[in-house]
Amino acid sequence: MRKILIVGATSAIAEQAARRFAADGDALFLVGRRADRLEAVADDLKVRGAHTTGTHVMDADDLAAHAPMLDAAEAALGGLDTVLVAYGTLPDQAACAAEPATAVAAWHTNAVSQIALLTDVANRFERQGHGLIAAISSVAGDRGRASNYVYGSAKAGLNAFLDGLRHRLFGSGVQVLTIRPGMVDTPMTAEFDKGPLFASPEKVGGDIHKAIGKRRAVCYTPGFWWLIMTVIQSLPRAVFHRTQL
Amino acid sequence: MADSAHASWGRYPASRPAAVTRATDRHRAVPEAATPVLAYGNGRSYGDSCLNNGGTLVETRGLDRFIAFDPATGVLDCEAGVLLAEILALAVPQGWFLPVTPGTQYVTVGGAIANDVHGKNHHVAGTFGRHVHELELRRTDGDCLHCSRQLNADWFAATVGGLGLTGLVTRARIGLRRIEGPYMDVDTRRFDDLDTFLKLSAAADDDHEYTVAWTDCTARGSAVGRGWFMQANHKPALGQKPDPRRRGAPAFPFTTPVSMINRATLRPLNTLYFHRRWRSAWRDTQHYQPYFYPLDGIRHWNRAYGPTGFLQYQCVVPHADARASITELLERIAAAGAGSFLSVLKVFGDVPSPGLMSFPRPGVTLALDFPNRGRPTFELLDALDGVVMAAGGGVYPAKDARMSGAAFRQYFPEWRHFSSYVDPGVSSSFWRRVMEEAQ
Repeated sequence: MRKILIVGATSAIAEQAARRFAADGDALFLVGRRADRLEAVADDLKVRGAHTTGTHVMDADDLAAHAPMLDAAEAALGGLDTVLVAYGTLPDQAACAAEPATAVAAWHTNAVSQIALLTDVANRFERQGHGLIAAISSVAGDRGRASNYVYGSAKAGLNAFLDGLRHRLFGSGVQVLTIRPGMVDTPMTAEFDKGPLFASPEKVGGDIHKAIGKRRAVCYTPGFWWLIMTVIQSLPRAVFHRTQL
Repeated sequence: MADSAHASWGRYPASRPAAVTRATDRHRAVPEAATPVLAYGNGRSYGDSCLNNGGTLVETRGLDRFIAFDPATGVLDCEAGVLLAEILALAVPQGWFLPVTPGTQYVTVGGAIANDVHGKNHHVAGTFGRHVHELELRRTDGDCLHCSRQLNADWFAATVGGLGLTGLVTRARIGLRRIEGPYMDVDTRRFDDLDTFLKLSAAADDDHEYTVAWTDCTARGSAVGRGWFMQANHKPALGQKPDPRRRGAPAFPFTTPVSMINRATLRPLNTLYFHRRWRSAWRDTQHYQPYFYPLDGIRHWNRAYGPTGFLQYQCVVPHADARASITELLERIAAAGAGSFLSVLKVFGDVPSPGLMSFPRPGVTLALDFPNRGRPTFELLDALDGVVMAAGGGVYPAKDARMSGAAFRQYFPEWRHFSSYVDPGVSSSFWRRVMEEAQ
C-alpha cells in the first residue's frame, strides 16, 4: 500500500490515475480547490478500493498554503511516499500575448507555485530518504511555439526544474518523474476541435500509473509524442517558423 | 453533414446537434444552452430517442463516479453516466450482479432508467426501474429533485421510462442482486413452432430466472416461430473456474459498402443457425459475459449494416391474441424477405412497470433488426404497427426511429399526462417527431 498525495485531484487525468491507485488499494490524500468535487472523487475512489481517502481544500496559487497542506497529508496518511502534482491551467494564448498580467498569472500557476510546492516536497522526501515525486508537465514545454508559448514556457521551466531536482536527488533514494502528456480530451481542452492526436484521460492516467510503478524518469504519454516532439525540436528555425504549430 | 460521433446505434436517422456540452460535475446545474438540451449517454439507443437534431446534447459519460457501495446489502449509489459494464466490474467480484440487464452492458445508468430497460428475467424481476431506490433529477430551471416511489413519486414515475425528457438524471441508488459466482447454468433446446415456444416458456418461467428465445425470422407456414429456447440460472459457487480475464473485444473494422445482412445471406444463415447442432437440447455452463452480452464481443457490429444503417423493431402484444399476432408479424416479415439473424422472442411477466411511459407490459415481445432498405423497410414496419395496434400492444421507443405519432399515442396512452412533466428546456428528435401532429 502506497501513501499517495495528489495535488489537483479533480483534474480528469489525475482522477483516472487515482482510480488505478485505488484499485491497487493505495491510501490517497486528495487536494483541490472545490470541496464538493473533491468529496465526489474521494467517495468514488473509496468504492473502487482505496485504502483511505483524505481530502483538503487548497488553492495552489496561495504559496503559504502549501506547507500546512503537506503537514495535513503526512498526518492523515502517517507519512507520504508518492506525490503526484497534477494541477495546472491552460491559459488563452491570445489573452496572454495581449496582457502581461495574464501571462504572469499563467506562469504563477503552472511554474512558480509548482516550483514552490516541489521544493518543499523534495526537502521532506530527502530527509526521510525515500519517495517518488511525479509532476504533470506537457509536451508543450519541449519547444516554444506561437500557439501556446506562455503555457509552454512555464512547462519548459518546470521541465528544467524537475531535471535539476532529479540530478540533485540522485542517490538520495528519491525518484523524480516528469510526465509529458500530449493533447488530452479533458475539460481543460473543451474549446478545441478534437483531432486524431487527442488521447483520452483514461489512457494518460493509465500511463502515469504505469510510469510511477516502474519508477521512470520521463514519460511521454501517449508514447508517440516522444517522436513528434523530437521531430519538432530538430526542425531548423527557417522551417519551423513557416509552420502553424 | 451528420455527426457520426453522436449517432444512435442504428445509425439512422442522420442528425446534427447545434452544440455538444459535457456534464462532469453532478453538483452543477444542467449546462446553459441556446437550444433545448438532451442527455446523451453512451449512444446505444437504436433510433432517435438519444438524438437532438439542431439542439444541444449534454454528454453524461463524465458523470461516472461511484458514490457508495455496501457489499453487505448490495445497494449501489452512483452517478448516472456510469456504465453497467463498470458496475459489473465492481460488483461481480464482490458477489453482486445487476438486478436487470439489457443485451448490452455498454449503456449508462441514466440511459437504463430513461428507457426503463428490461432483460431476460423480466418475468421475475420486472424492469430496471423497479430496482432504482432513488434518483436525482436536475431540471433546466435549476431545480434539483430527489425522486423515489415515496418521494416525488409522480416525478419518479415520469422519469423512469421518460426518455430523458423530464430533465437530467445525475445520480441513482440501485439494489443489486446476490450471486455466488460469475457462471450461469444454461439449458438450450430447439423448438419447431410458436406453440412449442409458448409452452416451453410457460414451463420454464417458474424455476428459471432467465428465459429468452432466438427465432428464425425467415421460417414460414407450420415452421413459423421456430428457434432455440434458452433458460438459465446463476450457478451456485461450487467447483467454479476462476473468472477469466477479459481481453479487448475485436472490432468490426469498417462500415461495409452494402449491408452484410441482405437477401442472399438472410435465409441461409437463419436456416443454418436453426440446424446448427445435431442435438436438439443440451445443458452447459457459461460465463455471464458471453451469456448476457454475446454482441458486446464484437465492437461496432452495427457497421455490418452498411452506410444506411438499420432499424430495430421491438413490439409487445398482449397474451390474449399473442399467438395469432406474433404469427402474423413473423409471416409478414418472412414474406418481405426482411429481418436479420438476431430475432428474439420473450414472454414478459406480470410485474408492473414503474414508469408512466415504460414499454414492458404483460404479453409476448418480439425484437429484430431490419437493414435500412428505404421505402420497403418503412412500409413493412408500418404494416407491423398495424398488427400491433390492432392487438392493443406497444412498440419500444428506445429502438424506434419511425413510428407515427398516432401509433405512439395509442401505444402509450399516458403520453398526455407524461407531457406535463417534460422539462420545457429539454427535447429530442424522437419527441418532436411523435408529438408533431398532437394537440
